[in-house]
Amino acid sequence: MIRVVDLHKSFGDKKVLDGVNLEINDCESVVVIGGSGSGKSVLIKNVIGLMKPDKGSVFIDDVDIAGIDNMDKLNEIRKKFGMLFQYAALFDSMKVWENVAFALLRLHRLSEYEARAIAIEKLKSVGLVDVEDLMPAELSGGMKKRVGLARAIAHDPEILIFDEPTTGLDPIMADVIDRLIISVRKELKATSITITHDMNSAYRTADRIAMLYNGKIIETGTPEEIRNTGNPTVRQFIEGRAEGPIHIEGAGNGKSLGRV
Amino acid sequence: MRNLIELVGRLVMHFLTEMGRVSFLFYNVLKKIISLPVEWQIIAEQMIAVGIRSIPVVLITALFTGMVLALQTYTGFRRFGAESLVGTVVALSMTREMGPVLTALIVAGRAGAAMAAELGTMRVTEQIDALETLATDPVKYLVVPRFLSGIVMLPALAVLTDIVGILGGYIITVGLFGVGSTSYWKRTWDYLKMDDVYNGLIKACFFGAFISIISCYKGFYTSGGAEGVGKATTGAVVLSSMSILIGDYFLSVWLF
Repeated sequence: MIRVVDLHKSFGDKKVLDGVNLEINDCESVVVIGGSGSGKSVLIKNVIGLMKPDKGSVFIDDVDIAGIDNMDKLNEIRKKFGMLFQYAALFDSMKVWENVAFALLRLHRLSEYEARAIAIEKLKSVGLVDVEDLMPAELSGGMKKRVGLARAIAHDPEILIFDEPTTGLDPIMADVIDRLIISVRKELKATSITITHDMNSAYRTADRIAMLYNGKIIETGTPEEIRNTGNPTVRQFIEGRAEGPIHIEGAGNGKSLGRV
Repeated sequence: MRNLIELVGRLVMHFLTEMGRVSFLFYNVLKKIISLPVEWQIIAEQMIAVGIRSIPVVLITALFTGMVLALQTYTGFRRFGAESLVGTVVALSMTREMGPVLTALIVAGRAGAAMAAELGTMRVTEQIDALETLATDPVKYLVVPRFLSGIVMLPALAVLTDIVGILGGYIITVGLFGVGSTSYWKRTWDYLKMDDVYNGLIKACFFGAFISIISCYKGFYTSGGAEGVGKATTGAVVLSSMSILIGDYFLSVWLF
């Protein structure tokens, strides 16, 4: 279980997270939605300990990851995680299979032979065959994401984090990735937290959707509840309108903006 | 006037912040050098990148530097009949000064730039974050091997520079100006002490540390996409070169 408690994070004068509270139960899939620059990335970076909050805690199974200073202890907890990055973040000096097998080789100390076999297996489970000896630069965007997914699940993590998994993909590839996410989650029985602004993807993959706005979670609910919400801010976001309570500087024809 | 003071203040603050962060990275590297497991494979790769691949350009530079030193010294020394001392001058200049400094400047341009660009790209494409999420300490995995290869390969390259530079001097003095071969070597060995060589190598070792720490620092803390990587790379070469030339003075005061 993941519990985010009263999380604050500022950069200079800019308050990005201003008291975020969020609970994610075991095996649950929570999708955090929110506009660009709303602090979604900062939130997940705090969850996996890539960033330290100014105030607040992130409990991973009752251990506060924000309070750990020791790198070894932090890495011990990180072994529970698998993360898919927005642009896959594959190591471009390594072959595809070495990317996927990275954790197996280094953390689990498997032999190259065993690790390669598991990597090929994981690649197959995300629908990729005969790519293991390619370099990341030789792959298309969709393939990179799938290799990234294979790398994230290679060490059978308990918690999966997806950073904008469908951004930059065509609608069909986005659906493919969503289905893969659902199937790997089921297979691993993993808890997952996804950030996205792609509502189709959010409805497809979420057990629960939470909306981040102005540094706070302003609403959570099942996809059905979010679809029928009465909250005008959430409505504006899920319907994708420029007019509404969320102000976008310099957007559209100016007249209708900022006054609404 | 107020603007000027503000500007100076900002520059000083910026410099101190940078120095602080470089020192912090250096401290972190020292702490992690001894921790297990040792990243043998990456250390080997880096030694090849920093050391072996720099050999051709280092050799050419050393040969021509030795040659030009001999040429200039001979022309000057002939005026007061001290041609026989050319070998001594070449040997002392190469081992004490030119060997380590030239090698370091070349490696800063070659390997330092590469370190900053590679780590910078890894930073802006989130590969360093990805390492962390895979429970791997990026300082230990990326910076420590580069630091080790810097402090080992720089002295090794400097030895090569010393030898080839002295050979270059020999070619010109003996081959072109017809000074006797035996007399050239005798003069070289008579006045060259092993301390000259050792101290030159200690300097090279320091330069290796400067280059690798500064370049890794610049790469590691890159932000701002492709432009940021470009800036980090330029910054790494400029700052490394400055630290080599300034550090050279103080190391010379200390060592000689």
